Amino acid sequence: MSDLTLMLIKLVYLAVLWLFVIMAVGVIRTDLLGPSTKGKSKKPKRPAPRRSSPAPRAPRGRRNEPRTLVVTKGSLAGTSLDLTSQPIVIGRAKDCTLVISDDYASGRHARVFSDQGKWIVEDLGSTNGTYLGQQRLTHPQPISVGQPIRIGKTVLELRK
Amino acid sequence: MSAPVPNRPLPPVKRRNAELVMTLMAIGLTLFAMIEAGLTRNGEMPPSLFLYGALFGGLAILAHVFIRFFAPWSDPLLLPIGTLLNGLGLAMLWRLFEATGDTSNGSAMSQLILTAASMAVFAGIIFFLKEPRILQRYPYITALSAVFLLLLPLIPGLGMTINGARQWVNLGFTSLQPSEFAKIALVIFLSGYMVSKRDVLSLAGKQVKIGRFKVLALPRMRDMAPMALMWGFCIIVLVILMNDLGTSLLLFGTFLAMIYVATHRSSWIAIGLVAFFGACALLYPFVSHFRVRMVTWLDAFNPEVYCTDQFLNDPNAFCTTSGTSQQLVKGLFALAQGGLTGAGLGGGQPGYVPEVQNDFIFTAFGEELGLTGLMVMLLALALLVERGMRIALAAKELFIKMFASGISFLIAFQTFVVIGGVTRVIPMTGATIPFVAKGGSALLSSWIMLALLMRMSNNARKPAPQSIQDEGATQVISR
Repeated sequence: MSDLTLMLIKLVYLAVLWLFVIMAVGVIRTDLLGPSTKGKSKKPKRPAPRRSSPAPRAPRGRRNEPRTLVVTKGSLAGTSLDLTSQPIVIGRAKDCTLVISDDYASGRHARVFSDQGKWIVEDLGSTNGTYLGQQRLTHPQPISVGQPIRIGKTVLELRK
Repeated sequence: MSAPVPNRPLPPVKRRNAELVMTLMAIGLTLFAMIEAGLTRNGEMPPSLFLYGALFGGLAILAHVFIRFFAPWSDPLLLPIGTLLNGLGLAMLWRLFEATGDTSNGSAMSQLILTAASMAVFAGIIFFLKEPRILQRYPYITALSAVFLLLLPLIPGLGMTINGARQWVNLGFTSLQPSEFAKIALVIFLSGYMVSKRDVLSLAGKQVKIGRFKVLALPRMRDMAPMALMWGFCIIVLVILMNDLGTSLLLFGTFLAMIYVATHRSSWIAIGLVAFFGACALLYPFVSHFRVRMVTWLDAFNPEVYCTDQFLNDPNAFCTTSGTSQQLVKGLFALAQGGLTGAGLGGGQPGYVPEVQNDFIFTAFGEELGLTGLMVMLLALALLVERGMRIALAAKELFIKMFASGISFLIAFQTFVVIGGVTRVIPMTGATIPFVAKGGSALLSSWIMLALLMRMSNNARKPAPQSIQDEGATQVISR
């Protein structure tokens, strides 16, 4: 191997190392400037099938057993809790199962529990009330998959 | 449909293909490094290139495929950066040991096996730890296990002292450095603790004013207990009993950073730094190994510190008994020799630096890749930290915010402690560059931290589920 070749190899190697860094910065560029125009044209298409696909599933889901409780709106949107036999207490107090930082929620706001295979939501005497759909809860009511439960600005629902 | 949700720091993009390309490139860079080292040093392609390529490349691609299935929304840069740093370390170890034919101090093959084990643990954490917030449940048990891990080397018969620091545990077939794992346990504990105590730590207290200007908001004395405990532990156990200055500095630094992140109160940092450096100054006359380190740092180029022989009297004599600063000074010479573009992999003499495979692997890179290559390494680590902080910003839960920022800071600070020590910015303390240096415990803990970050980023970046029946909910008018 001649010295010149080795020198060239060395410089090429350093160049490729830098290429790695530049590519990495290119990947995180989307964080700062958003997806590029190519990505944007794809984007409206992508969520659409995801949103439409649960719709036909929803009626079927009513018969099926729900498995998780997900937050769809509010500061905790995206959080999900696995449903177990334990009741889930929702509120601002620290010992709640789901602690929501919502100005319109009470300390112990509502409870979601299982009763003979049915999931039931109960308002625990909250100030601003718990809404199932558009109705304010006055007594414990059974809930099915996909029914929105609203607590202050937070919306939750059961999922399979 | 609708525009992206406002105030969402990360757009919901997966970028898994970008991850694949970057990972392939990292594997390519590793093999390229081995080829360059083999050609320069021995004039031939490395005979085991295919084996390394198949094993290391296969592992990294397996990890990528695994992520596609089990953490598809995770950050696309974490795995490639981990692969690149690990691969660079692997290639350098191959060049130091296998290429020179001397594998008595370590070998790239054993490092490769450790990489495989670490990646298995990485996959296991991503698979089993679906929700990192469950770690929040047992803060005090985590704290106890961290203390237990840190104290493990003090048990007679089990602990080992290597290079003056008592931080190793002998398991018979292998030795472990439990402090590497204690760091992670400590971050978990601190995240859980700070989430529950941040209000009292950040609000209670009184303002110190000079004239009309608020200078500091001092916390109450009774809230000082965690700080005092942490400080006492770092100083008494780690510095005095174990001579493990690196871990002490790392743990205390991470503690300060996390308390600052939780409370946004600079007085905590001021109090912590004053307490730590005050203790160091007080200990200086009494703890001999501490004094040795300071002299080594401040007076490194003094011939008497460099070499215990008086070889200067005879210009033809060699230094036979190395002084304390020899490793540091030779490392600096190696960095200087490297210059801007280095000697090319395989072209330098990194073997002259004692113990070059551990902390000083940085000088080996400096000598052979030069400043240009070192900058890539530092940038890769900086990008890793940036991604980690980004995860903390994107996360919704406080615990995850604390956890991700704690781990990122740990990686950043560890890098600073090592490289600062090697380049004589701070006293040498003995920690390892994440992913790069030889050593199973360090490698394993780096991959564990990467797995935790990946899982957290997956959960933070995953778009919120769309409600199935939206029409039922009353419209909430936002302020």
